[in-house]
Amino acid sequence: MKFGVIVFPGSNCDHDAYHVLSKHVGQPVDFVWHQETDLSGFDALVVPGGFSYGDYLRAGALARFSPVMNSVKDFAASGKFVFGICNGFQILCEAGLLPGALRRNAGLHFVCKHVNLRVENQNTPFTSEVDASKILSIPIAHAEGNYTCDDATYQQLEENGQIVFRYCDENGDITDEANPNGARSNIAGICNLDRNVMGMMPHPERACEDILGSNDGRDIFRSLTKAVSQISEID
Amino acid sequence: MKAKVYVTLKPSVLDPQGKAIQHSVASLGFAGIGDIRQGKYFEIFFDDSVTESSARESVARIAKDVLANPVIEDYRVEVEA
Repeated sequence: MKFGVIVFPGSNCDHDAYHVLSKHVGQPVDFVWHQETDLSGFDALVVPGGFSYGDYLRAGALARFSPVMNSVKDFAASGKFVFGICNGFQILCEAGLLPGALRRNAGLHFVCKHVNLRVENQNTPFTSEVDASKILSIPIAHAEGNYTCDDATYQQLEENGQIVFRYCDENGDITDEANPNGARSNIAGICNLDRNVMGMMPHPERACEDILGSNDGRDIFRSLTKAVSQISEID
Repeated sequence: MKAKVYVTLKPSVLDPQGKAIQHSVASLGFAGIGDIRQGKYFEIFFDDSVTESSARESVARIAKDVLANPVIEDYRVEVEA
C-alpha cells in the first residue's frame, strides 16, 4: 500500500498529511510534485490543504490545470482513492471530480478553530471506522469553505448518500450557529457517486495527536487505510 | 485586438463581499442603493496575426473553461477590433 501527497506551488499542509500517514497510519508515503504525470505506484492520493497558486483567480482554479491533475482524474476513474482536504477539496470541485463549488465564507472572515462534525454516511471508505455515535472534533482554517450547489445537485447528494460530514453542535444537532461559513445545509464534506473521491474543508491531519487537542482525525485515515488494504487483497 | 471578459456571480449566489462593500457605501451616506455585486474583469490581448473570428472562439473557451466557474458564475465577453 502506498499513499501519495500531491504538492502544488503554495500547498502548505502537505507535510502534515505526510507526517500523519507515515507516523500515525504507519504506511509508506511519497510526495508527488504537481508536474508528475505517472501515478502508477500509488493506491491512494491526498490532495492537501494550502493556497495552491496563491488562490489566484479562485481557490483551486489554477491547480486544476497542473499536469498531475489529468492523471488524478484517470486515477479516480480507475476506482482508486482520492482525498481532498481544504484547498484539496476546492481543487477537486474545480476539477469536476466533486460536484458544487466553495465560495467565500458568508461571514467574510478567515475562520480558524475546532468544529464539531457529524458523520452523515458511515458507509464510505473514509468513514467506515468512525464510531457511529461519535461527534468528531476537527479544526477548520479557511476563508472559502462555503459549500454551494444548485438544487438538483443537492438532491442528488442527499439521495445518494454523498454528504459525508455536516457541521453540528456538541450534541450532534445541525444548527445555523454550528455552521462556520454559511455552507449549504451545513455541508463540511462530500464524496462522489462511486465514493472513492472525498473532499472536506476540516483538517483531519491536524487532529491526529492528543497534544493538538484531538485525535479524531485518525478515524478517517484508519478508514481509508482499511479500504485500500481491502482493495489490495482483492487485486 | 483586445477581448474583455466580465465574470459575475449568478444572481442566486450570495455575495458576502458585495454586501460588505454595500455597507461601507451606505456608511458614506449614499442612499437608495439596493444592492452591490462584486465581479471580475479580464483584458486579453491578441497578437495582430489572430483573426477576429478565431479570437472570439478562443476567448469564449477561455472564459468558460478558466475564468468563470459555471457552478456559481456567469460571464460576458466583448471583443474590440
